[in-house]
Amino acid sequence: MARHLAFRLLQGALLLLIMSVLVYGLMGLMPGDPIELMAAGSPSMTPEDVARLKAVYGVDQPLLTRYGHWLASALSGDLGYSRLSARPVAETLAGPLGRSAGLMAGSLTLALLLALPAGVWAALRQGRFADHALNLAAFAAISLPVFWLGLLLIILFAVTLSWFPASGVETVGGSSGLLDHLWHMVLPVSALALASFGHYLRYMRSAMIAALRENWIRTARAKGLSTFQVVLRHSLRNALIPVTTVLALDVGALFSGVLVTETVFAYPGMGKLIFDAVMGNDYNLALAALLLATGLTLLGSLLADILQSLLDPRVKFG
Amino acid sequence: MSRLLRQPAAILGIILLLLLGLGALLAGPVEGWLGADSESLDLMSMLLPPSLSHPLGTDELGRDMLARLLRGGQVSLLVGLLTAAAAAVLGTLVGLTAGLRGGWADALLMRLTDGVIALPLLPLLIVLGALDPAKLGLPPDWFRSESAGLIRIVIIIALVGWTTVARLVRAATRSLMQQDFIRAAQALGVPPGRMMLRHLLPNVATPIIVATSLSVGNIILLESALSFLGLGVQPPMASWGNMLTGALQQLFTAPMLAVWPGSLIFLTVLSFNLLGDGLQEALDPRGQ
Repeated sequence: MARHLAFRLLQGALLLLIMSVLVYGLMGLMPGDPIELMAAGSPSMTPEDVARLKAVYGVDQPLLTRYGHWLASALSGDLGYSRLSARPVAETLAGPLGRSAGLMAGSLTLALLLALPAGVWAALRQGRFADHALNLAAFAAISLPVFWLGLLLIILFAVTLSWFPASGVETVGGSSGLLDHLWHMVLPVSALALASFGHYLRYMRSAMIAALRENWIRTARAKGLSTFQVVLRHSLRNALIPVTTVLALDVGALFSGVLVTETVFAYPGMGKLIFDAVMGNDYNLALAALLLATGLTLLGSLLADILQSLLDPRVKFG
Repeated sequence: MSRLLRQPAAILGIILLLLLGLGALLAGPVEGWLGADSESLDLMSMLLPPSLSHPLGTDELGRDMLARLLRGGQVSLLVGLLTAAAAAVLGTLVGLTAGLRGGWADALLMRLTDGVIALPLLPLLIVLGALDPAKLGLPPDWFRSESAGLIRIVIIIALVGWTTVARLVRAATRSLMQQDFIRAAQALGVPPGRMMLRHLLPNVATPIIVATSLSVGNIILLESALSFLGLGVQPPMASWGNMLTGALQQLFTAPMLAVWPGSLIFLTVLSFNLLGDGLQEALDPRGQ
């Protein structure tokens, strides 16, 4: 177990390293050049000034040398300065990361609260009307573009009914308490939850159907246990094992969803940050944010492995 | 085929796709009939309600909504199908090579596949979408043309979308390699290229077809998300995704601008998913 864990961590670190080389190389291929942007901003700059600036920022060095410098300081915990916010990268990342994590946690909870009971219900009614109806709903949810769902929610609940705010994290100039923040999260969280609901329902349904086919279920029924006991104590607990795994593997997809949703709701999270950083030639910030996103996804798949071996003693980790 | 046509959901998908395809084909004639093309601005007739000359009204720049929706359909269907095909070819090549060679080539290609799967898709696509083609050394006249814009999207989505097919093909090839007819072919000294084309490919076609048809919907979703963010299909060329970008600014004044393109993305993706699911059921009943 420990050996396998070490191997997986090593593999993850290697992937992060490759990703950092890749993204670092790609960043140089973006339109625009931060030094030239600065030069264009102040007309009094002479070509000598520009050359000196380039030397200060190290951009006159070859790509590999620059990458080496970045890697060395990143490994010692210094991610550099963000050009756009003029603050250290780690400081710039903290707020947006927290807000995105809030959206992810909220939508995951809501989606599971809806999808797990619905999936169990569909499995118990397999082939009947409720199953077909839920299956159709799941298909519809899978096919919905999450950003359009966000737009529709804004039209319905912010424009027409004015129940919820259409954008932002807090009321400008008004009370900015916890309740106000939660109030602003309702629409984005609902859009995200509805969009992932379909996948989760389908996972839960098929896992539950598989679990209900097992021999021990027949034994439990034969012992005279009530349907309630059979479903909750015996099949649901087993069905949740594959579902947990798939959920952990889905972290990356959830993150991608958060990214677009934030754009629709003008929510200043990681999505907006990555987008602005890439577009604004903020190399340090974009690099750190992308590596953070990759790290999160890798952590999810590692978690999936560990959870599976913890929940199901038959599966050996490794 | 008959097993596919026995499923009402799959039939619904096929009918919807035929209608959407017909709409895309009719984009040109409809523009002629309306006397307005999808890209010409008319600032005197911004945000008009539906009328005889503009059956679905006009957008925030006075362009005919119906013409833009049909043109956007052409783009979405074209990008979806081309990308799915490109990803399938790439994935099949990787999967066949890994399965046929085995050993270190297999290990290397599969670790690569795992690596790509582990990447956060959308952030990576944002980086790839923001690349400046001039700095890649491509000739400027070429990348400014409309077809180059579409090819760019096809390439960047295909670069991350080949993994499912690769894994399925590799698994199927590994099990085929144990079978007598392949061993016989190997003993006869059939060269690798011929082995892939004549002996392996026909036998791994089913998973390729199913995975590819299921991927088209996802690709259209990705394309529309990228275009919505401004990194996919570039205006003035219409795509359902970038039409929604314009609509976002007009939500309070003209909500219908957001309703139409989104509904069409939804219907298209739904149809491809229904068709893919039906194909899976028809071709591979155990796969469920």
